[in-house]
Amino acid sequence: MSITLERPETTEKDATPIAVRPGRVEIHDVWKSYAGVPVLRGVSLDIEPGEVVAILGPSGSGKSTLLRTINHLETIDRGSVTVDGEFIGYARRGDRLHELRESEVLKRRTSVGVVFQNFNLFPHLTALENITAAPLALRRATKAEAREQAQALLERVGLGDKGARYPRQLSGGQQQRVAIARALALDPQVLLFDEPTSALDPELVGEVLSVIRDLADSGRTLVIVTHEIGFAREVADRVVFLDEGELLEQGPPSEVLVNPRHPRTQEFLAKVLA
Amino acid sequence: MSVADDTTTRPADGGANAEQGATASTAPAANRNRDRVDLSAVKVVPTRHWFRWVFGAVVVFVVAQLIWTLFTNDKYDWGTFGQYFFSETVVNGLVLTLQLTVGATVIGFGLGILLAAGRLSKSWILSSASWAYIWFFRSVPLVVQLVVWYNLGYLFPQIGLGTPFTYDFWIVQVDTVTLISQMAAAFLGLGLHQAAYSAEIIRGGLLSVDSGQLEAAGALGLPRRVRFFRIVLPQAARSIIPNAANEVISLVKGASVVFVIALPELFYAVQVIYNRNSRVIPLLIVAVVWYTIVVTLLSIGQYYLERHYAKGSVRVLPPTPLQRARHWTRVQWARLGDGDPAAVPATTSTPDPTRSTDRRAR
Repeated sequence: MSITLERPETTEKDATPIAVRPGRVEIHDVWKSYAGVPVLRGVSLDIEPGEVVAILGPSGSGKSTLLRTINHLETIDRGSVTVDGEFIGYARRGDRLHELRESEVLKRRTSVGVVFQNFNLFPHLTALENITAAPLALRRATKAEAREQAQALLERVGLGDKGARYPRQLSGGQQQRVAIARALALDPQVLLFDEPTSALDPELVGEVLSVIRDLADSGRTLVIVTHEIGFAREVADRVVFLDEGELLEQGPPSEVLVNPRHPRTQEFLAKVLA
Repeated sequence: MSVADDTTTRPADGGANAEQGATASTAPAANRNRDRVDLSAVKVVPTRHWFRWVFGAVVVFVVAQLIWTLFTNDKYDWGTFGQYFFSETVVNGLVLTLQLTVGATVIGFGLGILLAAGRLSKSWILSSASWAYIWFFRSVPLVVQLVVWYNLGYLFPQIGLGTPFTYDFWIVQVDTVTLISQMAAAFLGLGLHQAAYSAEIIRGGLLSVDSGQLEAAGALGLPRRVRFFRIVLPQAARSIIPNAANEVISLVKGASVVFVIALPELFYAVQVIYNRNSRVIPLLIVAVVWYTIVVTLLSIGQYYLERHYAKGSVRVLPPTPLQRARHWTRVQWARLGDGDPAAVPATTSTPDPTRSTDRRAR
């Protein structure tokens, strides 16, 4: 099976009925605490297919945790998280949620790709092998197809000649770009970015952001936890501000970043933009 | 380093820029003069390590003395050594030692992986059972275990399958004495003992793998089996192998405890011979040399295994001793033939520009 890299461009976002376009994320009244300390307190957030959402907030505000609940890397205490109407970690039968077997969870997770702050590339595999690992393990492609697709993805992130390198032999920015290519290998509808540039030297941030910028136009749903306010303003359709586990404010970047209404948002932006 | 800094640290700086230091410390004004010296042309004198030379000389002397005694002390009785080195009893003993090592390694590490997985399991029954196994088999001396296994017949004269909680074995029944031979007792004792230690080594290796790796593998939807065998275990292997090799090597020699159940492995075989002819030293040397050979082979294996799993953990793998030797010969050969030694390509396995320039500089 060949995997389409570029989704056909829709001229108007609403041209296709929403039910048909995959990539809808619905987060409803999510609560989560670690050892009694609340991390998320009743967060609700609906993300449209193809939308680019930036989650901002001070450290410890629960933004990474929120992101990780989307593909069940983090379990929740209350509420629900669905991707295209499906629970990632549970199956609904009547009015009960049944925890799914791990193999089921894994299958459903493949529709959501994750890019981590620390890249988490597999150090003992080459860049190309990192990308082909999932398609091969899930029997989505033959060896030749997987390699071809991986090469195409590497070229897309500007690393066509680095396939044989091991992660340690690449710069941070290059590693993160390989990680993005790896997340794309299963052609997920939703891509989650957990502070993708926080571990990078300042001069390497740009190359990673430009790859993400290209992805924003590909029709995938992107959820990005970031500290790069300028980037959020440029790329995001919507900015969400989280503080102490609560969603305080959301809206288009031109509103939230320019005229924040909530005092906490104002305070945060004043600090960050100072 | 700044110029001011330079002057103050110079006396302690030792050899490195000794001539420079002298001028600099005589007058502070020299600082300005120093700027005019073309530093790129200044010769660097490496630090001399006198103590290394002194101790090196002592070591060489002692070793030379020892080697000299090997040739001059006829109590070593090299004739007897040669006579028994390949004798049937000794070779059979060696084979038995190797069999015990391989068997105990397979049982020990096979069971060890299961025990390590058990200890890391979320099921408290499995994790406490693994913990209890490890606790028990690390507590009981190996010698005691071997004797108990060998004499299991006293405890359970028959072993079999039948109605649970009775001794009515109506499906299968065997006499323990026929089931557990000397060999079986040795394999059981060594293997079960080894499993307790290997389990901890493997568990340590698994724990050393960054949790982000599991998370990334999980996020990619990799099935559990793939995650364990393709992602976690190869990375854990890096820290498992040095310890595991230690264990295998100590098994080679540790296997000699099976003398308590009268199995004629290498050391026992040698003892039998010198008890007959009382040539203790030459026969002990026979055993020592054989052990040394086996351990050398194992160490070489360990080196290459470690190298295999070091893939990706360092930017460039250093060349193997063999590659280095080959390169050295080629360079010498090029010198002989009036060729340019620098033109010899770098060693084969991992082409890397930094290393080859490094070698040329020497």
